[in-house]
Amino acid sequence: MQFISDNSDLLWSAFLTTLSLAVLSGLVALVLGTVLAAMRVSPVLPLRGLATFFVETFRNTPLTVVFFFLVFGIVQLDLQFPSRFTAAVAALGLYTAAFVCEAVRSGINAVPPGQAEAARALGLGFGQTLTTVVLPQAFRTVVPPLGNVWIALAKNTSIAAGFATTELTAALQRLTNSNGNQILLVFAVIVLAYLVITLPSAWAIRVIERKVAIIR
Amino acid sequence: MRLTSRPARYAAAFAAFGVVLTGCSSEAGNQASEQEADSSASVNTEASFEAGTTMAELNEAGTITIGTKYDQPGFGLLNPDGTPEGFDVEIAKIVAGELGIAPEDITWTETVSANREPFIQNGQVDLVVATYTINDTRKQSVDFAGPYYVAGQDIMVAAGNPEGIEGPDDLAGKTVCSVEGSTPAQNIRDNYPQANLVTYDVYSKCADDLTNGNVQAVTTDNVILTGLVAGNPDGFELVGNPFTEEPYGIGLALGDTEFRDFVNDVLEDSFEDGRWAEAWDRTAGAITGEDAPEPPTVDRY
Amino acid sequence: MSAQAVLFDLPGPKARRRQRIGTAVGAVLVLGLVGLGLWRLADNGQLDPARWAVLFDPAAGVPQALGEALLNTLYVAAVGMVAATVLGALLAVGRLSHHIWVRIPVTVVVEFFRAVPLLVLILFCLLFLPTVGLPMNPFRALALGLTLYNMAVLSEIFRAGILSVDKGQREAAMALGMRKTQVMTLVLLPQAVRRMLPVLVAQLVVLLKDSSLGFIVGYIELLRQARSLVEFFNFQFGNLYTFQLYVAAAVIYIVVNVALSQAAKVIERRTRSNAKTAAVAAPNDPTSTITPGAAGPV
Repeated sequence: MQFISDNSDLLWSAFLTTLSLAVLSGLVALVLGTVLAAMRVSPVLPLRGLATFFVETFRNTPLTVVFFFLVFGIVQLDLQFPSRFTAAVAALGLYTAAFVCEAVRSGINAVPPGQAEAARALGLGFGQTLTTVVLPQAFRTVVPPLGNVWIALAKNTSIAAGFATTELTAALQRLTNSNGNQILLVFAVIVLAYLVITLPSAWAIRVIERKVAIIR
Repeated sequence: MRLTSRPARYAAAFAAFGVVLTGCSSEAGNQASEQEADSSASVNTEASFEAGTTMAELNEAGTITIGTKYDQPGFGLLNPDGTPEGFDVEIAKIVAGELGIAPEDITWTETVSANREPFIQNGQVDLVVATYTINDTRKQSVDFAGPYYVAGQDIMVAAGNPEGIEGPDDLAGKTVCSVEGSTPAQNIRDNYPQANLVTYDVYSKCADDLTNGNVQAVTTDNVILTGLVAGNPDGFELVGNPFTEEPYGIGLALGDTEFRDFVNDVLEDSFEDGRWAEAWDRTAGAITGEDAPEPPTVDRY
Repeated sequence: MSAQAVLFDLPGPKARRRQRIGTAVGAVLVLGLVGLGLWRLADNGQLDPARWAVLFDPAAGVPQALGEALLNTLYVAAVGMVAATVLGALLAVGRLSHHIWVRIPVTVVVEFFRAVPLLVLILFCLLFLPTVGLPMNPFRALALGLTLYNMAVLSEIFRAGILSVDKGQREAAMALGMRKTQVMTLVLLPQAVRRMLPVLVAQLVVLLKDSSLGFIVGYIELLRQARSLVEFFNFQFGNLYTFQLYVAAAVIYIVVNVALSQAAKVIERRTRSNAKTAAVAAPNDPTSTITPGAAGPV
């Protein structure tokens, strides 16, 4: 247990980095993913096409490759992110947005057609139908899949270790190299740190799911 | 090159299509065809060992599992054909040859920093030759033969050295890049805390970041940096002021003194009969153009 | 899908004109951005044919290396997919069991493996299991890690699917005198799998991509091979080929994954055009009813 106190600063800052990476990119993904989902069900064909292209590209590319292009690829376009952390947030946010979009879209599909028909009969336009009638209901049904996307995101932050962000997995690599004789303990501590984020999330999702569920 | 497997043939057909498409061959391809003659570490077919020793077991089995790194320029890099190459690999071939094992009978396993000690302790590898710095913490879990090379941590900067970095003390306030989990990175963290250290998982990314101007320096063992400079001589230069000593050893199971002595003997022989220098010339030396240095002295601690 | 036509009225002539103008402006913008990007790339020499030729040059060994690495990726992914699907189905059934001594341990197993990062799981398999006498190599560690993680995720997908099957199905099967196992294997699971097929395939795509985490244990799959090639060439040529090799890896992944998704769509359409199943699936779109309890692909 000696090494935990020796490395408490590193572990704590790595934990905070992982957490803030997950939270910030989660917000980016939630906003962007919802917009994309709205685009995918919109009346305008090019918007649908654009959103589909985005989703299919990011869903089918490994996250590491997305990271590579946002960190090194865009340099070839003479662009740069202000810091590696923002690049990591952008990579995770863009990648996860594709999954958020699919989850929200399935939620929109799950809203009974009668709801949208009633909204249209009342004279609401597409934007109003979506934002005031369909999406509020959709979000309730997509709590579990969105929750899963969030948990996956929290774990996917580990890819940032290879791109100059010192989060938990980078700390794992550092500590395994300097504590070769206590590898199991190092692992246990890092796994525990991830569980501290993911397990309460899983529990919270279950509670929210029960609170907001629509009984049909 | 003979393409035996079906995927290789498909790949070749696809490649032919691509070459037609792009209308020219690549620099890398031309260079690869030039470097056909390759290493042929001698195999000591008459090797015999006292029964019960690790050497006898390996000699009898006719095969050995060796761990090395696949991302250390000049020491261990994965060749496109799937075999590792580099100075570490050549050293391992010399040791295997003395055990009566031909290079093609060696099972290569990639060892990363996280699994070197556990691999030796669990017996998943017989030897680890992987730019493995000998230190006291590691000596508690594994035994080291060697050193077979003493590297020194150095600094690589953009050509012309615009920041005027002459040594580690000049790194204060500068952004410097290294690989996470490596000894040089830890050294910067411990001894030069004023430097702003960023870490990637491989050196090529550090080199890219130096090109992009995101970092002002890259630091790791000098041989690796020399290789990176060789890759981009117009863009990088080496400061050439090593400030640590990194003795690279061959890791093996703790307490197997006979095996350790044997490996040490092999290393000493290779230092004397020129096989060591030859291995250097063929690998790290071929890229950097530098002559083989003086071999180090084996440390039978 | 059904929602799409429901959400808006068919656009009238005015709206259609507005849309056309918007489309034209948007297209010009997008094309402009793409053009600007390409121009910048060309400016930096990235579009030089000689740099792309390496991808097709057998003398450089790149096409062979990427081809074999792709096979490695497909192999470990296939093993993981089959094992994870079978185990996932078993766990889903176990979690719905009436016996508490089955339900509780299964729940613990599922929740644990869902919560641990795959990267850590794979490393754990490689480093720890040999110490308790299970011989491991990179392939086994990666396949096992992928299986353990995805069986947990898939079991949640199956469970949601089983729960989404209409109550009447189970009751009818019971009324016919079927045993509990028969009800599950003959009635509920087949319908659940069919309903969850899109989510299932999405998860299998994730599994295939996740095989790229094999780099941590030194399994030479597609992405690791691309990285190794980058390192190998970087040593002699600097970053001459870095961008090209990563583009190649990305394109291969996208092609394989899109093919996988398309294959799944074909299968889905086939099973749906089957009259018997169509009767079951028709009343409500399966992709919409499953959502409430569903575990999305992660």
